[in-house]
Amino acid sequence: MTQKKNKAVTKEDVVVKFVGDSGDGMQLIGNLFTDTAALEGNDLANFPDYPAEIRGPHNTIAGVSGFQVHIGKKVYSSGDLCDVIVAMNPASLKANLKWAKKGATIITDLDAFDQKAIEKSGYTSNPLEDNSLQGYNLIKAPLTTLTKDALKELNLDGKTAEKSRNMFALGMMYYLFNWKLDIAFDFFAKKFKKKPELITSNKLAMQAGYNYADTVEAISVTYLVPAATLDKGRYRNISGNVATAWGFLAASERSGRPLFLGSYPITPATEILMELAKHKSLGAKVFQAEDEIAGVCSAIGASFAGSLALTTTSGPGLSLKSEAIGLAVMTELPLVIVDVQRGGPSTGLPTKSEQSDLLQALYGRNGECPCIIVAAQSPSDCFMGAYEAAKLAMEHMTPTFLLTDGYIGQGSELFRIPKVADLPSIKPPVAEPNDPDYKPFKRDPKTLVRKWALPGTEGLRHRVGGLEKENISGNVSMNPENHQLMTELRYNKVMKVADTLPEQTVHGNKEGELLVVSWGGTYGAIHTAIEELLQEGKDIAHAHFRYIMPLPKNTEKLLGKYKKIIVPELNSGQFVKYLRMTFPQYRYHQYNKIQGLPFNVSELKDAFNKILKEK
Amino acid sequence: MEENLTVDRTRVPLSKEDFVSDQMVKWCPGCGDHAILSSLANVFPKIGYRKENFCVVSGIGCSSRFPYYVNTYGFHGIHGRANAIATGVKISNPHLSVWVATGDGDSMAIGGNHFIHIIRRNVDINIMLFNNQIYGLTKGQYSPTSPMGSVTKTSPQGTIEHPFNPGELVMGAQGTFFARGVDTNPKLMTEIMFEATKHDGTSVVEILQNCVIFNEGCHYEITSKEKRDDNQIVLKNGEPMIFGKNKDKGIMLKQHGLEVVTIGENGITEQDLLVHDQYSQDPGIHLMLAKMAPPYFPIALGVIRSALFPTYDDLVEEQIQRSKANTTIKTVDDLLNSGDTWEIK
Repeated sequence: MTQKKNKAVTKEDVVVKFVGDSGDGMQLIGNLFTDTAALEGNDLANFPDYPAEIRGPHNTIAGVSGFQVHIGKKVYSSGDLCDVIVAMNPASLKANLKWAKKGATIITDLDAFDQKAIEKSGYTSNPLEDNSLQGYNLIKAPLTTLTKDALKELNLDGKTAEKSRNMFALGMMYYLFNWKLDIAFDFFAKKFKKKPELITSNKLAMQAGYNYADTVEAISVTYLVPAATLDKGRYRNISGNVATAWGFLAASERSGRPLFLGSYPITPATEILMELAKHKSLGAKVFQAEDEIAGVCSAIGASFAGSLALTTTSGPGLSLKSEAIGLAVMTELPLVIVDVQRGGPSTGLPTKSEQSDLLQALYGRNGECPCIIVAAQSPSDCFMGAYEAAKLAMEHMTPTFLLTDGYIGQGSELFRIPKVADLPSIKPPVAEPNDPDYKPFKRDPKTLVRKWALPGTEGLRHRVGGLEKENISGNVSMNPENHQLMTELRYNKVMKVADTLPEQTVHGNKEGELLVVSWGGTYGAIHTAIEELLQEGKDIAHAHFRYIMPLPKNTEKLLGKYKKIIVPELNSGQFVKYLRMTFPQYRYHQYNKIQGLPFNVSELKDAFNKILKEK
Repeated sequence: MEENLTVDRTRVPLSKEDFVSDQMVKWCPGCGDHAILSSLANVFPKIGYRKENFCVVSGIGCSSRFPYYVNTYGFHGIHGRANAIATGVKISNPHLSVWVATGDGDSMAIGGNHFIHIIRRNVDINIMLFNNQIYGLTKGQYSPTSPMGSVTKTSPQGTIEHPFNPGELVMGAQGTFFARGVDTNPKLMTEIMFEATKHDGTSVVEILQNCVIFNEGCHYEITSKEKRDDNQIVLKNGEPMIFGKNKDKGIMLKQHGLEVVTIGENGITEQDLLVHDQYSQDPGIHLMLAKMAPPYFPIALGVIRSALFPTYDDLVEEQIQRSKANTTIKTVDDLLNSGDTWEIK
């Protein structure tokens, strides 16, 4: 590195975004960039940002696909504004310039800025020539031409050679971050084992990009990002959806209950289904059903038969599953429903994130139909989120929601690998054969949980179903007093889960001026904002809720320790509505964003500062 | 080790009483469901499985109260979803003998999708489809099997829809087993339910059933004393297709399909008749037989199709066994530490 012409500067954290046409290979180089940063010891978080169409119209804003990576010493989110943007065409530059920091480095493919592409993107003049990018460190590199030149000796056709220009750009990034190319070359060797010609072409393109960056004048500064300050242990990079799948596998192994997933493909939850389908060797039974309803119903059947039963979906699918979830509540069977939330209503914004299914999870069923609700806060946290949801569902014989969202489900970050034996034990209340006291709805007096009597077990034959049942005996009952009793029991059983939950913790001041209350996938941005405000000496604290139904027992007391409460959410105020209903004695401010995008740290800081200033 | 996937056998002989539940049977007096219940309670002890290994699943409708009336593990589901629920039960525990009780509303209308897909997958489940051509529990609306023109509470001028023939639907969905019985013939019902159990794969048993309140006499053409002999043919594997009061009618396969012929007329003898082959893999003739109906044909009863194909649940287990044999990932710890990981000291 010493022979380099440039000076390297140390940066605590850097946000990079790769943008281009969907099909330009932005997700691939984004992932490769992420893996390299991880191997270099950086903390990281990333977020793929792609359109709902598989291949959107060429060179239009609608077709722009992006991949944002935040690397550094310690990062909590995929970052707000970018230090570096790699834009492969005019449309992707136009769509993403608003995310560039002042003075950010912008690498563009000069060859892609022809008249036609510029017009199609909606620019009225060429942004590379009209001085509109004066405030940025603009690198206009003829990526297409350079890539084709680099691959000349391979005699590829023009189209194929052109496809490697993403690797050329990535090579430039490796130079910018002072990384060795070997990491990428190892990856090529693994990924393209069956297509050796791709190994050669990608290597050549990357090397050429690296060399080009070394010679081009415009790159005057390179980055050194210090290694993360992480706890000791073994780490890996993991996406939220994969972490969710693995959390369930761990819960299945630890509880001894075989895993069954009944699911139907839906964005952005499908990866959980695909991931679990890979792990039949761990005994996972994965059933891709004919529809969302069959997904959840097969899971209910599997739960009755003794499996750790799951169904995974997103908003529209959850709507379809509502009636069946009621059946699981009525039969008091364990079932985990994973909702990887996306923008709604209806088909909405399939590839964008939102927190707008909370009220549906809480109340979206006929009758009074309480479920347990757990929300994961970050990609790696989906592992424990899934594990805990499975534990609560089985130990309390109650359908349990795990709420994640497209942002944390598809985003990834570093994950400290746990040992399964160190995870909390899971003890499902399985009934013993020939238990003379067994009755289908006889309950543990403390937890109100009934026993799980598995078909095939001697001496426990019984019937359950969607009709109201008499408490204890489980016989069909239309008795008015019994219905009231059972309705109350189903509710109280869920509320008693709070006895087993840890108290809600607070980050920051233990009492004082402002408490920020949040839940789910917004943790990273909000935590970062709070950290910065605390460092600025602001009287602020943060309570991030993991358990939503029931709420931790100390919630009411905790909310009372602050003069003001603000609830930022990526919806128009669902958790705040629930808090207002549950603890009406407090006044709640809210900050809401419904754009299919995550929070920015800066907008949160502004919102919190504004409330802090209010008298 | 390959796991033995057959249902566990009982060590003690069982009787009908072992399967009688303590619940009051609340079907209308005279309802065909009583006869079906009695037939099934006769069949279960004869099958030879442990009584704990039976599981009866249902949806919604009169038929779907069934699980409460047999003393087995039972699950009363929601409308149309019995086949999906049962699929989960069977995949989760292939050692169970899983039975679905469903009706023409439950499986032909609201649950139509699950019905065709369970059949397509060939999950080893026995489906008893009670067909009374009416919605009974909601008091008399037409169903997808009500004949065209049926006057019901929701079709005062007669239905204007073409009905489903469940047998045709089963064949269309690549069904491997289809049998048909009538509630007035308990002996035949018992026989075909037993055949259904023996079949590996999805067995659909359609039971033509009378609704005394809302569709009295819907199968009169087939079941009445005067007409039944001429309008029914009970198929027996390996035997020529003969029917009629005087056993003088038969089914012949002609160039353009099936035809009813009279033995002794035009030189036709028993040798000319179609011989039933329920095990034929090709469903062509089975489909023709399933579609036969009065007035031009007798309705076919008994086992129409029973073809051998791999079952979904067996293939699930096979894939699991194969994956277990071919992987280095034996535990979740192995999985967590697979691929690119690194140590921070």
